[in-house]
Amino acid sequence: MDFLRPASWEEALAAKAEHPTAVPIAGGTDVMVEINFDHRRPEYLLDLTRIGELGDWEVGEETVRLGASVPYTTIMERLRGELPGLALASHTVASPQIRNRGGVGGNLGTASPAGDAHPALLAAGAEVEAESVRGSRLIPIDEFYTGVKRNALAPDELIRAVHIKKADGPQQFSKVGTRNAMVIAVCAFGLALHPETRTVRTGIGSAAPTPVRAKDAEEFLNAALDEGGFWDSGKIITPSVARQFADLCSAACNPIDDVRGTAGYRRHAVGVMARRTLTWTWESYRATGRDAHEMGGAA
Amino acid sequence: MGTTGTPTNITQGSRTRGGVGESTLRPDGILKVTGEFAYASDMWHEDMLWGQILRSTVAHAEIVSIDTSEALAQAGVYAVLTYDDLPTEVKHYGLEIQDTPVLAHGKVRHHGEPVAIVAADHPETARRAAAKIKVEYRELPVVTDESSATAPDAPLVHENRTDHYVGHVPHPNILHRQPIIRGDAEEAAKKADFIVRGEYTFGMQDQAFLGPESGLAVPAEDGGVDLYIATQWLHSDLRQIAPVLGLPEDKVRMTLSGVGGAFGGREDLSMQIHACLLALRTGKPVKMVYNRFESFFGHVHRHPAKLFYEHGATKDGKLTHLKARIVLDGGAYASASPAVVGNAASLGAGPYVVDDVGIEALALYTNNPPCGAMRGFGAVQACFAYEAQMDKLADKVGMDRVEFRRLNAMEQGSLMPTGQPVDSPAPVAELLRRVKAMPLPPERQWASSEGADVRQLPGGLSNTTHGEGVVRGVGYAVGIKNVGFSEGFDDYSTARVRMEVVGDEPVVTVHTAMAEVGQGGVTVHAQIARTELGVTQVTIQPADTQVGSAGSTSASRQTYVTGGAVKNACELVRERVLEIGRRKFGTYHPAWATAELLLEGGKVVTDGGEVLAGLTDVLEGECVEVEEEWRHRPTEPFDLRTGQGFGHVQYSFAAHRAVVEVDTELGLVKVIELACAQDVGKALNPLSVIGQIQGGTTQGLGVAVMEEILVDPKTAKVRNPSFTDYLIPTILDTPTIPVDVLELADHHAPYGLRGVGEAPTLSSTPAVLAAIRDATGLELNRTPVRPEHLTETETCWTSPRN
Amino acid sequence: MRVSFTVNGRPQEADDVWEGESLLYVLRERLGLPGSKNACEQGECGSCTVRLDGVPVCACLVAAGQAEGREVVTVEGLADYAKQRAEGCGTGSCGTPLDEARRWAAGGTHSRTGEGTGTVPRATLSPIQQAFIDAGAVQCGFCTPGLLVAADEMLERTPNPSDEDIREALSGNLCRCTGYEKIMDAVRLAAARQSEAV
Repeated sequence: MDFLRPASWEEALAAKAEHPTAVPIAGGTDVMVEINFDHRRPEYLLDLTRIGELGDWEVGEETVRLGASVPYTTIMERLRGELPGLALASHTVASPQIRNRGGVGGNLGTASPAGDAHPALLAAGAEVEAESVRGSRLIPIDEFYTGVKRNALAPDELIRAVHIKKADGPQQFSKVGTRNAMVIAVCAFGLALHPETRTVRTGIGSAAPTPVRAKDAEEFLNAALDEGGFWDSGKIITPSVARQFADLCSAACNPIDDVRGTAGYRRHAVGVMARRTLTWTWESYRATGRDAHEMGGAA
Repeated sequence: MGTTGTPTNITQGSRTRGGVGESTLRPDGILKVTGEFAYASDMWHEDMLWGQILRSTVAHAEIVSIDTSEALAQAGVYAVLTYDDLPTEVKHYGLEIQDTPVLAHGKVRHHGEPVAIVAADHPETARRAAAKIKVEYRELPVVTDESSATAPDAPLVHENRTDHYVGHVPHPNILHRQPIIRGDAEEAAKKADFIVRGEYTFGMQDQAFLGPESGLAVPAEDGGVDLYIATQWLHSDLRQIAPVLGLPEDKVRMTLSGVGGAFGGREDLSMQIHACLLALRTGKPVKMVYNRFESFFGHVHRHPAKLFYEHGATKDGKLTHLKARIVLDGGAYASASPAVVGNAASLGAGPYVVDDVGIEALALYTNNPPCGAMRGFGAVQACFAYEAQMDKLADKVGMDRVEFRRLNAMEQGSLMPTGQPVDSPAPVAELLRRVKAMPLPPERQWASSEGADVRQLPGGLSNTTHGEGVVRGVGYAVGIKNVGFSEGFDDYSTARVRMEVVGDEPVVTVHTAMAEVGQGGVTVHAQIARTELGVTQVTIQPADTQVGSAGSTSASRQTYVTGGAVKNACELVRERVLEIGRRKFGTYHPAWATAELLLEGGKVVTDGGEVLAGLTDVLEGECVEVEEEWRHRPTEPFDLRTGQGFGHVQYSFAAHRAVVEVDTELGLVKVIELACAQDVGKALNPLSVIGQIQGGTTQGLGVAVMEEILVDPKTAKVRNPSFTDYLIPTILDTPTIPVDVLELADHHAPYGLRGVGEAPTLSSTPAVLAAIRDATGLELNRTPVRPEHLTETETCWTSPRN
Repeated sequence: MRVSFTVNGRPQEADDVWEGESLLYVLRERLGLPGSKNACEQGECGSCTVRLDGVPVCACLVAAGQAEGREVVTVEGLADYAKQRAEGCGTGSCGTPLDEARRWAAGGTHSRTGEGTGTVPRATLSPIQQAFIDAGAVQCGFCTPGLLVAADEMLERTPNPSDEDIREALSGNLCRCTGYEKIMDAVRLAAARQSEAV
């Protein structure tokens, strides 16, 4: 095993080009467990912790360009206003120690369906900035996850940043685990209201081979909110609409039975979370209208 | 803490600071908070090698061949050993039945069984070498439960059994069977106005101590070996290790290193023999450290169980009878299973008066992971079942659940189903009364003007509810646990106590082989020495095999038995010191001959308080040392057909009240409070007693809502051997645990004390389950309960409920 | 490979480090600092918590090479770290005299001999260490070093924590012995003593 320690982003890209099998390591949350438990013996480890700009973020007009290594703790504390869904998701990641080191780049690189950031990214709308010596490209988040623990990165590419749409309305994130802290998702759900476009986006984690959006549910809800004039009136969403939205979210799942939960439970829980997060975000929208940002209690 | 009840008189000891009854602080506390305390995995030796075990990847198979040549050829590899390399004819070990191969021979019987061992100069070298050992398996069908184990064509887990249980079991895949027959349960059932039956399932729990199995074996010049090891019982290990190595016991010198928790999981051997074999083969020190994955294969677990219970009661709420059948899965090797069966059977009726009882308990041999000792030891599984039954029966009778229990509670003088009278306080009704009388935590603690604090709600940080679907429930349970080793076992301990003058001060040194695993035995030994010998300076020697056996740190027995041994040795030291005093100073004061004398504050004093001499003067030029075995009163085996007999030396009782909040839609549970009342006889160290009760309570909570080793029923392979998927409670899962300690002396025991460690683990689980049932209205006959059980989504998708 | 970094204020160097080794392994097996514990090595227990450039992290998830040039504080250096913070040098950048640092490197041979009544506080304990002893928060002690590092950092950030703040901050540290109640007591005690001292 070789340990590559690029001092700059350019050096990192050159190293990855030269050694496409090199495994990038930043927070170490996934890679080190695999090494400690003898599950993986990569030829090269590519340490990204010396590249300062991966820990930076820029808040633009439309999006936040979030460096791949910005720790979850920082997202929770500093980006709650711009990225409320991701901030809530960040708060559910593993333990404080891991949140201090791990970042969204790791979640994307591993592309586990259980990664906590995915539902929030799907719901908010995001693009992954991938770069290689060949150049840089933006991969829409909907096209990023290609299979179980597989993503759209080319072998010579590294994740530089994620461009996440700044919240234009309330966002929520919920995750079910069988413990009240430090737990991997049995399943998770992210929801974002986008009052500017009068749309709703969702993200489901750990209930299909990849993180997915519940597109039928979104379309149904978009139409129902539109037809009922809900965006303008701000009235309470009809229970039957919420219920059908929840059922459609459950139907978007394609889960398995495993040690963490049954497929049946996952479908059920995603439905409950869909209904609840819709209620919470809509309440917040009603309360604060188009200025909606942070909400959801002391989560 | 409320310490109430009849205080125990300390009849012999003196009032010396830091003595019995005070919350003195741990002597190892400073080393533990500075990181200097040396745990087994911290051991280090110049030039040491690292040991690695290759474990079976299948549960049941013939070993067709093992090829170690490639592994041996690796640079940095010093030894690769298999069964064929074992040096003597003794190739098996075991606590009671020597059925466990040191390394697999011809066959593996469970997933993760050790097949070969490697020593190399770096752990990674050892791992890579182990991976290069080629083992060819021919897989065999697995037996995984009672029906597959006792089917007509069932493969035998152990062929040609010769142990002393085989004669009375109905099938060779049944390890041991113990009936308890008292009265006539069939006949008494006819008097019942109400009958409830239940079938209960208890999942496989892991001790999950935080310090993984580790040790360092150092070969000695005399051909022997020095072993630094984390264990619960040095001398039991020694008895099993030495014959395999072909060494006399005095050439296997064992020293207890720091133990990172045990809870029963270190009662059996893990890497002890392997490290010694590699050290003796290579002539170099060998360190072995399991990682967490391996630790799940490296020790036995709590027996999973199926329990079938039938209780009856009259209209006025009196129990008529009990019929019970308890099937424990012992897994592939015997470990402590026979004793676990004895406990489950004899304690299977719980702390209740019921005259007509028919209980049958048995342990199976299967290809599942071996099970053995864990805190609560057979009594835990039974308590889960009988307490569920009590609630159901109380409901049928139409009585309050606590009052129903109190009406049927045993008390001092009651007879156990074994015919043994309970001959010390048994305040079962009082414990229930106390735990019920504690104030309930306020409702909706999570609500505030700023919204819901998710950290206080089911789901916690995962933000699953802001109060929706949350229902509170309250549940009660009480349990009975035996203290000490039972069924005629010669349960003794040894203490060596020395008193001398060091500098200008009398100093006492206490040396035992007691394994300090965190429980605080070392604290208590120093307190006993101070109380008995009137000195403040007490040194606790490291535990090793240079002193006689202390027995195991299990069965809530160490404060009783090794504490008793220390007390006894101190008393003998005191007599000798007084003899010296009389010899030196007797002529100067008549009180030396006539008064009752105590050692107090470094002096010899009369019971009237008159100082006769300083200990420094008495002991000048002399050193008094005593090593003595001490045993509690004998017990006797249970009759093999009826289970009758004076089987247990002492009983221990605890009651719990659980308050939970359940997100009934998502099936997530938050335990809000878990109150406990326990009789401890005498709290030798109140702070430690509370710590034991809270810790035991939390392990019971764990197996109520999350902890379970999942074994694939088709392959008998473990599915979740990691802390990612075997979850134990975090600080956000653990509620406040108010404790009410009752001190009713047991006059058979030193200072009147009662073993503390296990009883709280019994009743905690059924109390939490009862509270969840109360919140959800579900029957819940298994533990742990998972979200799918609470939402009835275990097997198929049901449409989300509104 | 060679790895050089600062531990408890003292420059340290380890040679022949295998590239897959964790910071935890290097601390424990190469630098004689076994105080950080190896309970799970998968970031699920917190017993190896150290501060890496001031931030609490699981040392088992830090590749040794990632520690190059960084500053690490372990439980062995916690007392001095707290002392320097109290003296207005909280970042640890004041450094530690070499002779003091050498004490930490001893490791490995101490045994569990009890001394005295155990009630005599050693002057070098940090407030959180003393509180853990006084409150009975130590049983087997395997989780203790990680909890101390995490709790100390929490009190640095949040001097007057609510119970829920404490629980959240320590939710990455498993304890199997105590049921956490005495740990809560210890942190409350340390917080109270800290605010009295101010």
